[in-house]
Amino acid sequence: MDAAVEIADLVKTYGARTAISGISLRVEPGEILALLGPNGAGKTTTIEICEGFRTADSGSVRILGLDPIADATALRPRVGVMLQDGVGGYNAAKAGELLGLFASYAAYPQDCAALLDAVGLGDAAEVPVKRLSGGQRQRLSLALALVGRPELVFLDEPTAGMDPHARRSAWELLESMRADGVTIVLTTHYLDEAERLADSVVVMDGGRIAARGTLAELTSAGAEGQVRFKAPPGLALRGLTDALPLGSAAIEESSGRYLVSGVVDPQLLAALTAWCAGQGVFAEGLAVERRSLEDVFLALTAGSAARS
Amino acid sequence: MTRTAPSGSMRHNPDAGPRMDFTPKPAAAPLRKMVLSQAAMEFRLIIRNGEQVALTLIVPLLLLVFFNLPMLYSLSDRRIDFVVPSILALGIMSSAFTGLAIGTGFERKYLVLKRLGATALPRAALVGGKTLAILLLEVVQATLICALGFALGWHPHGNPLLAVLLLVLGTLAFGGLGMLVAGTLRAEVVLAVANLVWLVLMFCGGIALPLSRFPDGVADVLRLLPSAALSEGLHRILQDGSRPGWGVLITLVIWSVGGLAAAARFFRWE
Ligand SMILES: Nc1ncnc2c1ncn2[C@@H]1O[C@H](COP(=O)(O)OP(=O)(O)O)[C@@H](O)[C@H]1O
Ligand SMILES: [Mg+2]
Repeated sequence: MDAAVEIADLVKTYGARTAISGISLRVEPGEILALLGPNGAGKTTTIEICEGFRTADSGSVRILGLDPIADATALRPRVGVMLQDGVGGYNAAKAGELLGLFASYAAYPQDCAALLDAVGLGDAAEVPVKRLSGGQRQRLSLALALVGRPELVFLDEPTAGMDPHARRSAWELLESMRADGVTIVLTTHYLDEAERLADSVVVMDGGRIAARGTLAELTSAGAEGQVRFKAPPGLALRGLTDALPLGSAAIEESSGRYLVSGVVDPQLLAALTAWCAGQGVFAEGLAVERRSLEDVFLALTAGSAARS
Repeated sequence: MTRTAPSGSMRHNPDAGPRMDFTPKPAAAPLRKMVLSQAAMEFRLIIRNGEQVALTLIVPLLLLVFFNLPMLYSLSDRRIDFVVPSILALGIMSSAFTGLAIGTGFERKYLVLKRLGATALPRAALVGGKTLAILLLEVVQATLICALGFALGWHPHGNPLLAVLLLVLGTLAFGGLGMLVAGTLRAEVVLAVANLVWLVLMFCGGIALPLSRFPDGVADVLRLLPSAALSEGLHRILQDGSRPGWGVLITLVIWSVGGLAAAARFFRWE
């Protein structure tokens, strides 16, 4: 079976700047692939080359076995697209009208009212696009990508600007799409989004692929971490540091806000809570913090530097 | 369309509506359907846009009344018989050039055209939809202009079908130029250029002032403008009851072919 997306040795430069330096990747039909990376990593460039908006300098790109530019007419009905830079729809059109217009391009469109409901815009059908909030625009943009029943969708930062609630329902939507056999390529800054959704993750940095695999694979190596909690200010932290496993550290970041760093494992948490209990301190909002994307990058680049 | 019942409560978000069926079934709609819905959308957007309505409907009607007042200059013939064909030509320029250029220029700026390029809508269908919307706008416009003209005592002559043919030719000529401007300049520049050209052509392009008022040499050059050809043709038919003349037709055809070809060649979609 053809890969849904197959990229080999892709290179793209803008003048003197190299945006993509020779990446290869493969998206299997029916999977969710997340392209993770900081701003400027080359995610949008990669996706827009797949969508046929930009041309590569070299390398090959096959979308559903076809060429994104030469076979655009055949591909467009099959591929749903969500641009990074907004809805890209008529500003003066109402949300429902715009969705209806996009539905009219498809032979078997989704029911527009049901789709608006599904993205949480059921009440906003009559609202002009220009009056929608940022998060609402993102949801409309998602609906526009889906209305034609595509088999493959490219979503560039689909949940940027959404509130946490909307984000969660977007995730559920994407999960039901996967369950129904839609292939999804999305870009994101959020590790939790990739963790929740992605079957595979490709971490891009500076136009290269810094790492790929499942998120667990990516974050398991060297699981440094952080725990934050709130407690009365001025705790004697030396005792805590002594109680914690070797290599851990505790500081009071600001008055009453504490940060423990080290290898966050059950032993560390047990030691921390035992010490708090011993002090008669209630550690409020105790939270194990995820490593941020930047942390993953630091680990990745440190690892490759040590090997070379 | 199937709406399945919400699946397991873990997956179902009560605010997210019923579980949709996303099973892929991609196919483009028939071309005719796309063109018609595109045209309907574009027409609704024009009618909803106050500036477009002012430019294409209200201003021409106001100018019809204004130019009919014997203030600016005197005419030997019945004034209204000169003014109505002029305003019909002005209307075409408003809709097919200035309005189209500004509308399309901002669609480009706001990435509407880019986004539409990622849908099943072929570019030909997009252009077709725009053309239909402009033609529909022109029908409304010409109806209002003629109605007001009749109310002011207008007596048209000549073959109305010839006049319609000329209006369509004028639409092609100005539409091509409008798309050329919209597709090559920044939206803010399009706005300025499209309005300025409209004004200049109204006064120096044979619409508001007969070209006979310009010095001979100048008039001969101005006659080659699309506005002048359209206006002259309409006056010959509707005012004099004669034919538009080959010069007029050839001029408009050249502008149409040149403008549309240049637009097709140089138009940038994003
Ligand atoms: N149209 C463009 N012209 C010039 N440089 C660009 C253009 N688009 C992107 N770039 C540059 O290419 C690099 C990758 O950008 P982009 O693909 O947008 O990254 P991301 O989506 O991961 O933030 C950045 O350095 C960016 O400045
Ligand atoms: Mg981007």
